[in-house]
Amino acid sequence: MEDLSIVLCGEAGQGIQTVEKLFTRIIKKAGFNLFSTKEYMSRVRGGSNSTEIRISTKSVSAYIDRIDILITLNGDAIQHIQKRILKNTLIIGEEKNIKTKKNSKKIAFPIAKTAEEIGSKIYSNTVAVGILSSILGINKKILKDVTKEYFQNKKRDIINKNIKAAEKGYDLFKDLIEKEKINFKLNKPKSENDNILLNGAESIGLGAIAGGCNFISSYPMSPSTGVLTFLSKNSQDFNIIAEQAEDEISAINMVIGAWYAGARGMVTTSGGGYALMTEGISLAGMIESPVVIHLAQRPAPATGLPTRTEQGDLEHALYSSHGEFPKILFAPATLEDGFYLTQKAFDIADKYQIPVYILTDQYFIDSFYGIKDLDLNKIRKKNHFIKTTKNYKRYKLIKNGISPRGIPGYGSGLICVDSDEHDESGRITEDMEIRNKMVEKRLKKFSEIQKEIIPPELIGKKDYKYLIIGWGSNYHLIKEAIVNIDDEKIAHLHFRQVFPIHEDTLKFLKKADKAIMIENNATSQFSKLIRQQTGYEIKNRILQYNGLPFSVETLIKEIKKIIGDKL
Amino acid sequence: MNADSFNLNSIDIAWCPGCGNYSILKIMKQTLSELNISPTELVLVSGIGQAAKIPQYFKTNYFNGLHGRAIPPATAIKLSNPNLTVIAESGDGDMYGEGGNHFIHAIRRNPDITNIIHNNMVYGLTKGQASPTSKIGFKTPVQINGVVLEPFNPISTAIALDASFVARAFSGDIKETKNILKKAIKHKGFSIVDILQPCVSFNNINTYDWFKENTYYLNSKYDSSNRIEGFKKSIENKKLPLGIFYINKKRKSFEQNFKINQDKKIPLFKNELKISSLSKLIKSKR
Repeated sequence: MEDLSIVLCGEAGQGIQTVEKLFTRIIKKAGFNLFSTKEYMSRVRGGSNSTEIRISTKSVSAYIDRIDILITLNGDAIQHIQKRILKNTLIIGEEKNIKTKKNSKKIAFPIAKTAEEIGSKIYSNTVAVGILSSILGINKKILKDVTKEYFQNKKRDIINKNIKAAEKGYDLFKDLIEKEKINFKLNKPKSENDNILLNGAESIGLGAIAGGCNFISSYPMSPSTGVLTFLSKNSQDFNIIAEQAEDEISAINMVIGAWYAGARGMVTTSGGGYALMTEGISLAGMIESPVVIHLAQRPAPATGLPTRTEQGDLEHALYSSHGEFPKILFAPATLEDGFYLTQKAFDIADKYQIPVYILTDQYFIDSFYGIKDLDLNKIRKKNHFIKTTKNYKRYKLIKNGISPRGIPGYGSGLICVDSDEHDESGRITEDMEIRNKMVEKRLKKFSEIQKEIIPPELIGKKDYKYLIIGWGSNYHLIKEAIVNIDDEKIAHLHFRQVFPIHEDTLKFLKKADKAIMIENNATSQFSKLIRQQTGYEIKNRILQYNGLPFSVETLIKEIKKIIGDKL
Repeated sequence: MNADSFNLNSIDIAWCPGCGNYSILKIMKQTLSELNISPTELVLVSGIGQAAKIPQYFKTNYFNGLHGRAIPPATAIKLSNPNLTVIAESGDGDMYGEGGNHFIHAIRRNPDITNIIHNNMVYGLTKGQASPTSKIGFKTPVQINGVVLEPFNPISTAIALDASFVARAFSGDIKETKNILKKAIKHKGFSIVDILQPCVSFNNINTYDWFKENTYYLNSKYDSSNRIEGFKKSIENKKLPLGIFYINKKRKSFEQNFKINQDKKIPLFKNELKISSLSKLIKSKR
């Protein structure tokens, strides 16, 4: 087998996360690559949530429908995940939790009873980790060591009982494996896997630190909160001021104030919260303040599906905020992008004195996988502000429109910024000639930022017939689908900067017999943007807006439908 | 420091002749110069409205932001560079109406900034509608039968939230207002000074004479550390007390909670990225 897909399903509050966290550490220690992602309901207790963990000796980084092993932690789990259960799916759980008409192999295992014998039902999750470890044939010592390390901050008795629970699950299930002739043989890894295991939120957080972020103010909102917690957790070590604002309006205005005083600030939010920030973004446009916005998309309108995924806020990010001023939109495709693009966002925001967006989504934020390395030598950390002199003018009209930015208390100049139209010194004016000059000055930056647009990445041969276009978090999904279809006539063009788009875009599109857009929304917002920017209409669209990410299988099926099965 | 150092050469003031804002402008410049604060060390943050135009007539650093949003950037500016003196100044509509939420939470946060509110109980720039502090019965082109909403009482709200410095002044009394402002700016924490002022164009009820007749100063024996007494005084509405209602010296200023500010008052712009710590953090994910 190339890879194994394990799904844990249960209700909120049952501790699926503990299983996920502990088990993924064990897998990694044993040398496997892994990918994990979760879908969950907007509730703290009850309901049905699931986590998928893919394990392989090769690199895995995309969500699939297929389930090889399903662990059910409650009675509703089977119902919740019904559609994904296959003939070959092995279902493991308490007798009462594995009841289904589906013709799959089922193994009843007294998880709770085993846990109770050790001391309490709360050890059920650790028993489950033991079961999974025995199926994979993981060395028992690894199971023991990692479990011990995972619970190291607990009392000795609790650590010991968890180890016991893990071992018991492992041993008891090992007997069953032989009896039931269960065989999930994966190629054995050669050594410990020393990849960096991150999720999307952490990649953005690390990128922010690398970008010199020292100020974050935000209001908690799923799925964007992970970045706020990550930076808060690391605030002491990196001298970051992390503040939970009373609302998103305050958050964005604080961050703009922080940049004014020389800090490097960001907000992290989702659609509804971002809506409240839009006046602030317009302020940044007017006073030419740098600002970095992490916008983690979720299904809308309004509260929508709070814990689920969508790429529905591209237009919102692009067209929100009154008035005309430049902005840049990045959409990380990979965890590496999460790091490098967030770092770059700080640099570019500072350099051009404009808002820069990092557009992610719940799927990106909540998915983990291993990446080789993050190269700190690639970091370009340079402050672009200047030390002012006595006659300093904040909005001095210069050729490229980017007036050197001073900050108060650094130099002898005065830093005057105004949300009203202003003259070179920053004071209110209604002089129409100055108004024209200031509008033109702000818009000139558009041509400056053209020089730094990240080109889309072409994966596949240059003489393609079919061109599949994606942006942001769908990268690995599309890539794996195309690998599976295995046809040289298909290439993949992926955008990690979605505004402004690179000038080569049209050339790529024109070369294709058929261009196909894949995006997680209902109206194909990126197709509309490409048409507006290039005149080219991408007519074939694969769209999904049910709140879930595409699965590799869905993409294979949908792509084949468009290009014909014969190839 | 001379008050003239805050003067600009040629300015075209947008206030009506006789507006209370003129005396507040004068008081501010005198207060700051007497406190020896230089224009380069000061940041005036304001929102939108007639009062919020005050930085336009001031030679200093300023951040004239959005309507109702002076407090958030002011808080962040002070956090980012604790060596600056930061004043958030706007009118009653801006601070208590549009920005009411920030006012409440700034009291809880207690940043070391001074919040000055020009309170003329009416909207000036939008031409005469009711403000959050307009008296019941006050007729306007919108509130045609008179205001029916209970006026917002900033003083009692602030004391109820245990604000660290709460005062009310009157723009017509330069000497006393200056004294209050000096104490407010020197106070380490969020200091609120609500300055009553007449609006000569849109409020013919709360005039200069009305304020003279309907205010009195808290007497010299008044104990400003007593929160209950402060609250009692704050709800008096026959005649409005002037002076410092309440000071809570025990509250830590917001900036003091952050390591970087606590240690050496290092502005964030001097903060270097610790590559070795970042490298360590990344390694911890292996």
